[in-house]
Amino acid sequence: MSGPIEQALPLEVRRKGLSARLAWLTGRGALHVTLIFLAIVWLLPSLGLAITSIRPRDDILSTGWWTWFVQPRITFENYQAVFSGAGIGQSLLNSLYITVPATILPVVIGALAAYGFAWLRFPFRDTIFLVIVGMMVVPIQAALVPTLQIFNTLGLTSGYVGIWLAHTAFGLPFAIFLLRNFFVQLPPDLIEAAQMDGASSLGIFRRIVVPLSVPAIASLVVFQFLGVWNDLLMALVFVQNPSQLPLTVQITSLLGTYASEFSLLSAASFVLMFVPLIVFLSLQRYFVRGITAGSVK
Amino acid sequence: MAGRGSPLRNLLYVVPALLLLAVFIVYPVIRTIQNSFTTGRGLQEKFVGLDNYVTLLTADPLFLDLSFPPSGAVFNNVLWVFLYTGLCIALGMTIAVLADRVRYESLVKSIVFLPMAISATAIGVIWLLVYSPDPTIGLVNAVVGTVGITPIALLGRPDTVNFAIIIAAVWAGAGFAMVIFSAAIKSIPAEIMEAARVDGATERQIFRRITLPMISLPVAVVAVTLVINVIKVFDIIYVMTAGGPGGASRVIAYTFFRETFESSKPGYGSAVAVLMLLLIIPIMAFNIRRFRTTAVVR
Repeated sequence: MSGPIEQALPLEVRRKGLSARLAWLTGRGALHVTLIFLAIVWLLPSLGLAITSIRPRDDILSTGWWTWFVQPRITFENYQAVFSGAGIGQSLLNSLYITVPATILPVVIGALAAYGFAWLRFPFRDTIFLVIVGMMVVPIQAALVPTLQIFNTLGLTSGYVGIWLAHTAFGLPFAIFLLRNFFVQLPPDLIEAAQMDGASSLGIFRRIVVPLSVPAIASLVVFQFLGVWNDLLMALVFVQNPSQLPLTVQITSLLGTYASEFSLLSAASFVLMFVPLIVFLSLQRYFVRGITAGSVK
Repeated sequence: MAGRGSPLRNLLYVVPALLLLAVFIVYPVIRTIQNSFTTGRGLQEKFVGLDNYVTLLTADPLFLDLSFPPSGAVFNNVLWVFLYTGLCIALGMTIAVLADRVRYESLVKSIVFLPMAISATAIGVIWLLVYSPDPTIGLVNAVVGTVGITPIALLGRPDTVNFAIIIAAVWAGAGFAMVIFSAAIKSIPAEIMEAARVDGATERQIFRRITLPMISLPVAVVAVTLVINVIKVFDIIYVMTAGGPGGASRVIAYTFFRETFESSKPGYGSAVAVLMLLLIIPIMAFNIRRFRTTAVVR
């Protein structure tokens, strides 16, 4: 008596006449058209970069990337060029050297502090914590120059120690905020029982708090990793040795040299995007949680 | 009650973090405030009182020009606050509401959220390609070319450059608003929606009378986060235009970098940084108050 479209209609529409059904279906049509249009618009800019990066240089210079669908010629020469001539290989390693320690340090130091703020007693605990909540939004610019002077005095601008410390300090307020809010919600019975059994506070941290907080810690790791990987400002100021520049800085200097040479720029940018894309596609849930944790409590 | 250990030993857990925050945030911020009353530059450093601020606010047309039409970094930032925040919220809300009603919701949301993972450096390059004045390279000029409009250098003209960069930033930032609104919409109990539908409410009425009031707090929270983004926006401008043409796309955070590191006026740059800090303070207070009212304090 009724086809699949008919069954998909809500009950109250099915009960009404033909005109109501038509109105409902055109409404659905407009909904799909609008959404698919928006999704395509959102996809086009990155798709353009991805396709440009695998097109032969002559094609890039003569026709738009959208003609690739008609003439799909693929080459990896652009990637070879940026890895051999533009120093992208070294920068990729440099980005890793900067990002890995600058992720581990704030997560470990932040977790210890968050545990202190959530479960231990010491003077002015809650006041200090509120100050740290306030520090989450302090602009890096307000600390940049004096920090650079500290690093210059200590000789920390020729290696990565300076930028590790700076990223750690600026990552800490959010790390402490996120983890403290998660730790506080762990069941108190569990922690009190462990205390009865004579567990030390460090033992409780390692054997109860951390294992139960893996999702929150994973969100923080993904958030901090991408934040440092994608950072340009701190790297511009704190990494001064030309052979130690991360990808973001290397690409801005390519922009200066090869202003509109999109064969090189697109391939280099795609190398920069590659790691975040992998992280995004494999750990999307943690990534979304990390990004939204700061705003929604 | 947890935390029976001695308060001093308990303090050891937070000391490494507090030391780092004191040395690399608190101390440098205090120094920056002091530097903003000087010329900067080590040995030749001279105390100049409020001179930096006076110059910045009255005699630097690239920072603040109140003649008509107004221009300068501060005015550009105001434009950013309205356009970037407004468009991110409007588009994020539209996509969240529409996607909530289709089966391929998670695919659409992933596509819109994806740019959140990408560096502003790469976003800059992506949009340099989109806006390229050469219609055989740039998508925008290829599209307007099909209706006979001559190619426009959107990033090379003072009257279009800010809008062009803001659009790129909205592309990157709307996904943030979308995921938060989407989660908020899904937290509205289905029974309320059903009851309204049974009572004969139209979809539009449901959105205005039920959805909107119930997600007004998330909207405020998203707006605050986006305004913080605007006050800090630097990378995408550095990559796409370096503040040009002729300083037309400068914003406050970009002015800080330019004056401090490229014009070598660290005292002047510090004054810009202090202004950024002053703009952030109300938001800081908002965050702390919101946290105190919602937090579980033990």
